[in-house]
Amino acid sequence: MAGSSRLDAKIPSGPLEKKWSQYRSTVPLVNPANKRRIEIIVIGTGLAGASAAASLAEMGYKVKAFCFQDSPRRAHSIAAQGGINAAKNYQNDGDSVYRLFYDTIKGGDYRAREANVHRLAEVSGNIIDQCVAQGVPFAREYGGLLSNRSFGGTQVQRTFYAAGQTGQQLLLGAYSALERQIGMGTITMYNRHEMMEVVIIDGKCRGIIARNLITGELERHFGHAVLIASGGYGNVFYLSTNAMGSNVTAAWKAHKKGAFFGNPCFTQIHPTCIPVSGDHQSKLTLMSESLRNDGRIWVPKKKDDNRAPGDIPEDERDYYLERRYPAFGNLVPRDIASRAAKERCDAGYGVGTSKLAVYLDYAAAIDRYGHAEANKNNVHNPSKEDIVKWGKAVVKEKYGNLFDMYKQITGEDPYEVPMRIYPAVHYTMGGLWVDYNLMTTVPGLYALGEANFSDHGANRLGASALMQGLADGYFVIPYTIGAYLSNEIRTPAIPTTHEAFVEAEKSVADRINTLLNVKGSTSPEMFHRRLGKIMWDKCGMARNRQGLESAIQEIRALRREFWNDVRVMGEAKEFNPELDKASRVADFLELGELMCIDALNREESCGGHFREEHQTEEGEALRDDEHFTFVSAWEYIKESDWGLHKEELVYENIKIAQRSYK
Amino acid sequence: MNLTLKVWRQKNSQSEGYFETHQLTGISPDMSFLEMFDVLNEKLVEENKEPVAFDHDCREGICGMCSMYINGRPHGPLEGVTTCQLHMRSFSDGDTIVVEPWRATAFPVIKDLVVERSSFDRIIAAGGFVSVNTGNAQDANNIPIPKDDADDAFAAAACIGCGACVAACKNASAMLFVSAKVSQLALLPQGQAERTIRAEKMVAQMDEEGFGSCTNTGACSAECPKEISLENIARLNREYLGAKLSSKSV
Repeated sequence: MAGSSRLDAKIPSGPLEKKWSQYRSTVPLVNPANKRRIEIIVIGTGLAGASAAASLAEMGYKVKAFCFQDSPRRAHSIAAQGGINAAKNYQNDGDSVYRLFYDTIKGGDYRAREANVHRLAEVSGNIIDQCVAQGVPFAREYGGLLSNRSFGGTQVQRTFYAAGQTGQQLLLGAYSALERQIGMGTITMYNRHEMMEVVIIDGKCRGIIARNLITGELERHFGHAVLIASGGYGNVFYLSTNAMGSNVTAAWKAHKKGAFFGNPCFTQIHPTCIPVSGDHQSKLTLMSESLRNDGRIWVPKKKDDNRAPGDIPEDERDYYLERRYPAFGNLVPRDIASRAAKERCDAGYGVGTSKLAVYLDYAAAIDRYGHAEANKNNVHNPSKEDIVKWGKAVVKEKYGNLFDMYKQITGEDPYEVPMRIYPAVHYTMGGLWVDYNLMTTVPGLYALGEANFSDHGANRLGASALMQGLADGYFVIPYTIGAYLSNEIRTPAIPTTHEAFVEAEKSVADRINTLLNVKGSTSPEMFHRRLGKIMWDKCGMARNRQGLESAIQEIRALRREFWNDVRVMGEAKEFNPELDKASRVADFLELGELMCIDALNREESCGGHFREEHQTEEGEALRDDEHFTFVSAWEYIKESDWGLHKEELVYENIKIAQRSYK
Repeated sequence: MNLTLKVWRQKNSQSEGYFETHQLTGISPDMSFLEMFDVLNEKLVEENKEPVAFDHDCREGICGMCSMYINGRPHGPLEGVTTCQLHMRSFSDGDTIVVEPWRATAFPVIKDLVVERSSFDRIIAAGGFVSVNTGNAQDANNIPIPKDDADDAFAAAACIGCGACVAACKNASAMLFVSAKVSQLALLPQGQAERTIRAEKMVAQMDEEGFGSCTNTGACSAECPKEISLENIARLNREYLGAKLSSKSV
């Protein structure tokens, strides 16, 4: 199966471990005087966008950064909890760049690009250095050195963290670097702005149309290059752990203007989220994977057991992850833990009123930490109360904010009763297809962070999203963008009176007018809910041909209904969140169809993509390496019509094997 | 639950605002406060009326986007909780709830319950950073940091920049916000080089934005959803005084 002629991943030659260092030393440069004349647009100010904008501005480029929130500090990276991986080997437990690379490829179920993942592992250590230098307050040991913890899918401790607020602290670090450049005048910040269209001139991306969300005015912005760092598209499911405003619009506009979309069906369902409590639910809240370090997951051994968890004796509990996967136990990767929870609940062993939940239990950890503290305090016959008290104090220090959040949402105290958890949509491995330089199939248009498809294959390991976002922004794009911009030094700024800008703005204005003038009877929110239900039922944790085929028809029908019956209140030229929402839902209604088409096309199970027709006798994902060792890159042709291009994945350094965590 | 909601409506920053009363029925105690607003807005759209604009994003208490005075208190009645994490079980059937936008000169109203908080960004841009370009860093473990200092810095860094401190203060002072960032960086070795200039510049920008003065009442810390300590304000005062005594720049 040959790669398409239009898909050149531009992977440098040479041995794997030398590709990046050699390429970095030979990639063309732009001299400082020219950098001052080159303008770069960055969409999104999460970890990838803020770090890229700051780094490029430090290098001397003129940067314009855009975010839809009221401040760049609000980007959804802020909600990441557990940690960030780096191959520092500070714990002397056998970690290395190669091992991080290997774990990531294996964790991704052999559907990621070797060269990209190795580069990610190589720069992972630099990220920690950079963040510490910025004043990011990572957790430390009493000796003053950095602390680490374990995460799923690995057997070393390589995760750096700041309580359960690692994303917040890393983002505030990147945000401070961004604000510093804003203060110096090298970055112009456009908050409360939504990117509505990309502008292509002579085959190259030359700017964007943005909407000022306060005034509703459309604005034209020129850039020699445009970087999309607008995050993932998990909100296509309506209920997800994403923020309410997280959307696919920037990436989708890029896709419709020629950027191929890679592996759209690869979505991550996170195993430990707070279960749905009712029809009013607007979003789901994650409980960090780090909780699986110390918590034990179980269900009753008896079906439909309605006893309180504390009344179920130890020998009547099924610690099903420890039973099925003794080598990794509760720390199996996310896709595996999620499917195992679904399997138990579908079989009738679920808990709670909805029966769609399993227990995450901290009693054993509280007891273990309590004994350890007693020893530290030189108490040899501690009372049971003291053990519990000390144990709870340790758990509070490690996970306090998460426990508080659980209590606030559910009204139950997780220090006393086990948490109830269930899988929820969390992250999208798919995204805009990019080459080794992070450039999409449109020259001058790049995608960074969760918005691209590149490093996580079919399943992302915990604590790797923060790593990838910051790697792309701090340490990859500042080098690789030179390959393109070194040829653009003779391009003067194109006036935004150019007809391509005029046309693009008109198309955006027309679409807004159409939305406002449908004047139907149903709110955008209702359409979003209905789309989400189709996606979750038929393109969620388990998929099959029949379901996907019917989902495609249902989505098409829903889209027609949307354009005939949506009711968007308010006007175009004002602050209008309903209009913002309608515009985003319209894009999700197109993306959902492509996700189902991709899931239908991939006749195998791998990572988070589980086709019921393709499983082992034990119910594990069954890959088909002979026919599907490729990236699906979809080209938009017209409505409901996409062309498939295949980027063959070549494994020169890792032997492909069935993924086993037993 | 059945509730009476009195909500502030204001078309834009130029127009005058007013309270609008709505009756809500069948509210579940398991709903979050913002999900109750979703129900209200859905109802308004059905009635062909414009929904209430309010800021929100992550809905898990960390992005700092949600705001609102609820019955006169920023983020509502509970301690250490943002509006998005407040649930209706904290209210009783038949309650009347009054909801308003933040009130402060430096936070002008954009629409309904939405305010403009870019003044906070400009304060950070004035000095809330360590000047270290990408690629300049040494190995992360080269400088050990005592755990207590790191923990204190982290506690200050937990600020989500929501503006509740300003909203709670009778003078609309931003001292708690500014002091949290100044403290975080003053407590860490990486922040030492710019320690004095940072305090001076951030305070100067705070004053320029039109925030009020601090009179050590402590309402800011009491209402802060992240429970940022008043000690930070004491530390900022020390930092600022020290900076002014040795100042060459301002």
